[in-house]
Amino acid sequence: MKILRINTRTKEYSFQEPGEYAGMGGRALTSRLIKNEVPATCDPLSGENKIVAAGGVLTGTAAANSGRLSVGGKSPLTGTIKESNTGGSFAQKLAKLGILALVLEDQPEDDSWVNIHITKDGVTIEDAGDMVGLGTYDSMDKVRARYGEKACGMIVGPAGEKLRRAASIQFSDPEGRPARAAGRGGLGAVMGSKRIKAVVLDDKGCGMVQSADKDAFRAANKRWVEILKGHPVTSEGLPGFGTAILVNIINEAGALPTKNFRHGRFEHAADISGETIAETIKQRGGKTKHGCHPGCVIQCSQEYVDAAGKYLTSGFEYETVWGFGANTLIKDIDTIATLDRICDDMGLDTIDMGGALGVAMEGGAIQWGDGDTCMDLLRKAASDDELAAAIADGTAAVGKKLGVTRVPVVKGQSLPAYDPRAVKGVGVTYATTTMGADHTAGYAVCQNILKVGGDVNPLDKMGQVEISKNLQVATAALDAAGLCIFVAFAVLDAEDGVSTIADMVAAHIGQPFTVDDVVKLGTSVLEDEIDFNTAAGFTKEDDQLPSFFSEETLDPHGVTWDFSVEELQAAKVK
Amino acid sequence: MNIELKCFATLGRFAPENADAYELPDETTVADVLTALGIPEEEVKIIFINGVKKELHAPLADGDRLGLFPAVGGG
Ligand code: SF4
Repeated sequence: MKILRINTRTKEYSFQEPGEYAGMGGRALTSRLIKNEVPATCDPLSGENKIVAAGGVLTGTAAANSGRLSVGGKSPLTGTIKESNTGGSFAQKLAKLGILALVLEDQPEDDSWVNIHITKDGVTIEDAGDMVGLGTYDSMDKVRARYGEKACGMIVGPAGEKLRRAASIQFSDPEGRPARAAGRGGLGAVMGSKRIKAVVLDDKGCGMVQSADKDAFRAANKRWVEILKGHPVTSEGLPGFGTAILVNIINEAGALPTKNFRHGRFEHAADISGETIAETIKQRGGKTKHGCHPGCVIQCSQEYVDAAGKYLTSGFEYETVWGFGANTLIKDIDTIATLDRICDDMGLDTIDMGGALGVAMEGGAIQWGDGDTCMDLLRKAASDDELAAAIADGTAAVGKKLGVTRVPVVKGQSLPAYDPRAVKGVGVTYATTTMGADHTAGYAVCQNILKVGGDVNPLDKMGQVEISKNLQVATAALDAAGLCIFVAFAVLDAEDGVSTIADMVAAHIGQPFTVDDVVKLGTSVLEDEIDFNTAAGFTKEDDQLPSFFSEETLDPHGVTWDFSVEELQAAKVK
Repeated sequence: MNIELKCFATLGRFAPENADAYELPDETTVADVLTALGIPEEEVKIIFINGVKKELHAPLADGDRLGLFPAVGGG
């Protein structure tokens, strides 16, 4: 495997031996490379920043759910290091092309936009032409027309072109739809700052990635599939109802952030639930289950169709449904699905957009529940409209513009769909992860609400710091392996869950790899990221939730956020 | 007494018609409700009474909101 470096200023490229990155993958590789090569204090939109895209150690093999991609860089939203994780076909094709990591460096002096086309025969960098300014759906049509039906894209939308700080990078799924996002942290703006409209992969003529010990790998993967197919969450809940199955349970738990984190329950939760979404899709003839990449045996995604039965969106997730639903008091599921589609098309992070619209409503710039105005403003993300531009710059930017003080962000990134006062474990993660507020970094909702991997009282501080810390380590390891984090529901409940992953890695690399090594790997990733953030000027004072969570009680449980600065530090590995 | 009963996800098929004001004799537990509705215990993983996680033998009181869930996950 080689590292492909592309200089976006000189348009030169080179394939390099992996050197110190040999054997690394996913988030372990992206975070190490960013720490080594990007000055921590640099302007994230300058030529000093880089974008690194890497599949995991297992990506490109037959291991189930191993096709996730890590995209790294310094975030223009948070100023921290960033690993934004995405599905789509890109990671597997990158691995099959023999590319351990793709690194986009420097930036051009002029305003000419390019596409990068990578095949087994080499790299072509060419004028993006009429794709500039287009949404990602139209862009993918052009990609297919230009580079062939099977071409797979990593694309920025108009928001990324305009360097909006909450811009996503969109990735095409197996059907060629740009519905998968490296959403969090504004990496779309970094790609835009390098004037790259699309990176297109074609893996024609390339085979699967081969494992060192094929028989041992096959045996471990067989057990792996059994674990995933044997757990009710990964075999029934997620394929049946998608991730929005969480709407009802988080609402019951009194932890569904409603009206910009003012309440813990939304009276119209049933209208936006996973059950309602699945029912709607079935009635209209869409698909309730769908995999974001080949080899996913869970299939939490879907094809959401409109009232006429026409495809509207996919990868329509719980956080998105919450952000555009309960958080803004919009209760019409078609409006929420349309907002998701607009975000994918404009290239915007749905979580930060949900947060931003909530804060805009808090500040009186939009009426609560006004979906039409929300659609209009998101469509104008790349225009001169000042409010639309602030929204596309994220939740924190809207708070600043409108002088709102109840702004739900940590390190400038919007809180996701669980109120930290009523799911305290995930609040610890929001505060202390290297990423800015992020649920995926240590999904303590498992032990707090879902009774997976343990069972603690979500309203109590007891045990939460330890749980969050352990999950942060385990998640970093999954991200390095290229595995989808939803495997965790099955892994946490299976005695041989983690050891089976270790067995797959060992058989693949042909060297011993144990459960201890999994923990070491996760810890080392977090250490790299903390080093970067510390060098960028972040301190323990930044590992905090906004003060309104400590000052205002949340109904129905009457709880507040009550961790001290020092207590929270114990959730970090260094 | 009456409770507000909510059966979610795959348990939706067991929901009685009068779930919003489901009538029960006094001194009923969650387990009794499952028996009355024919819900197999092993299908119920998470139980909420008034938004607080409870176990199978938790007692119910008039006006309680009972939420029953199978194993669920997402995020
Ligand atoms: S479970 Fe969902 S997110 Fe994970 S790999 Fe499958 S479709 Fe993608």
